[in-house]
Amino acid sequence: MTEPRYTPLRARHEALGASFTDFGGWQMPVRYTSDLAEHHAVREAAGIFDISHMAEFTVRGADAAAYLDYSLAGRLSAMTVGKAKYSLLLAEDGGIIDDVIVYRLGDDDFLIISNAGNRDAVREALLARTDGFDVETVDVSDDYALIAVQGPAAEQILTEVAGIGEVSIPWAEQKYYAWADATWNGKPLLLARTGYTGEDGFELLVAAADAESLWDAVLSAGESKGLVPCGLASRDTLRLEAGMPLYGHELNREIKPAQAGLGRVVVTDKERFVGQGAVTPAEGAPVLVGLQAEGRRAGRAGYAVVDAEGATLGEITSGALSPTLGHPIAMAFVDPSSAEEGTAVFLDVRGTKIPATVTALPFYRRKK
Amino acid sequence: MTDLTTLKYSEEHEWVALEGSVATVGITDYAADALGDIVFVELPAVGTELSSGDVFGEAESTKSVSELYAPVAGTVVEVNQAIVDDPSLVNSSPFEDAWMIKVEVADGALDGLLDRDGYTAITEG
Repeated sequence: MTEPRYTPLRARHEALGASFTDFGGWQMPVRYTSDLAEHHAVREAAGIFDISHMAEFTVRGADAAAYLDYSLAGRLSAMTVGKAKYSLLLAEDGGIIDDVIVYRLGDDDFLIISNAGNRDAVREALLARTDGFDVETVDVSDDYALIAVQGPAAEQILTEVAGIGEVSIPWAEQKYYAWADATWNGKPLLLARTGYTGEDGFELLVAAADAESLWDAVLSAGESKGLVPCGLASRDTLRLEAGMPLYGHELNREIKPAQAGLGRVVVTDKERFVGQGAVTPAEGAPVLVGLQAEGRRAGRAGYAVVDAEGATLGEITSGALSPTLGHPIAMAFVDPSSAEEGTAVFLDVRGTKIPATVTALPFYRRKK
Repeated sequence: MTDLTTLKYSEEHEWVALEGSVATVGITDYAADALGDIVFVELPAVGTELSSGDVFGEAESTKSVSELYAPVAGTVVEVNQAIVDDPSLVNSSPFEDAWMIKVEVADGALDGLLDRDGYTAITEG
């Protein structure tokens, strides 16, 4: 057992009375007061999350774009400077090593943010793919803290944080899946309009040493606007409602992108890329669907999806009683024959069969 | 406010209050906090016979499911429909409004349960 890791914001979480949980070897706040209240705050106002456990890699060099086209599933060379893009790191056999967001900081300068639990696997894969490219990939995870501010009030709150200066693009003009430069008390701050909640919001990348002062300033600016600190429990129900996959649940080494509905992320007509020729799922491979049920009893990860006779059709990967919608929702891998929207199935909830319906993802979409 | 020192406790984080031959059972604030916001509670039917340690119901939070274990043996004589209708009571009032079941018990049914000091030794240990 390795020592649990803590982010630079540990003392803040403890002072706020957070309960902690293990997440990929990190001790992270699971909730501060109530996970439902935190969930609703993000949907209705705003929430602030410490996601400093996530891993960051810089990719720099004359061949950086070509290297990423080879190393990742997408065509990152086609992305303009200032943009961000969701992508996948595939294994040679087409399985998913991680899902990542790539930010193009300059022509030859990219930032990759990956999941905390996959940091070592991502680093290994990225470093193993540099042969023949003029590129330098560096794991800079320990240098940075990452703070997410999510919810309809996020933009307004951040504009009022004294100490954030020199914003390179006016707040209102910053686009979703794009980033802007700024400073935090004179030091570099990256503002990315990305998130994992289904709401508008930002992810703030700042030097680890400056995390506490930025956290305090955002909390204080947001207090009067309904901003609350949010833990991983609400982050999970928020992303589930938004139909966003979580690595280890909807994505893993055995799953090919198209099975998880991520076929569009893979650009197959690239000259070459890792996983090429292996990305097509086997005939009849299970596919990811949304499920909704009535009542209040949720199907959970690992529970079977069955037909009226009790024969297994698939397995739930994530499930909860949706705080926003008020009924149970789940994502599950099921046999393609049961994947069509509207298909009636049952969830085996500890021996009780709960009727459920295959539903389009996401379950929740914010009003624009 | 309930005087918590008058209650008995199980290692599974249920509390028991005895009045005559009827034991009232709920879960502790520690258990409610550990579960997170409770969103679903299932309770047994009145008349159910329970042995000590039997699963008598379930409490679900957004994150997890927890089975409820009978800390005493006996017959269920009343269940608290209020917490089925509003499971958040388990978080807001675990020792009062969110009692779960009342069980008709025999003499000595509470033998072997922990007192407050014994229980806090578990939760703070």
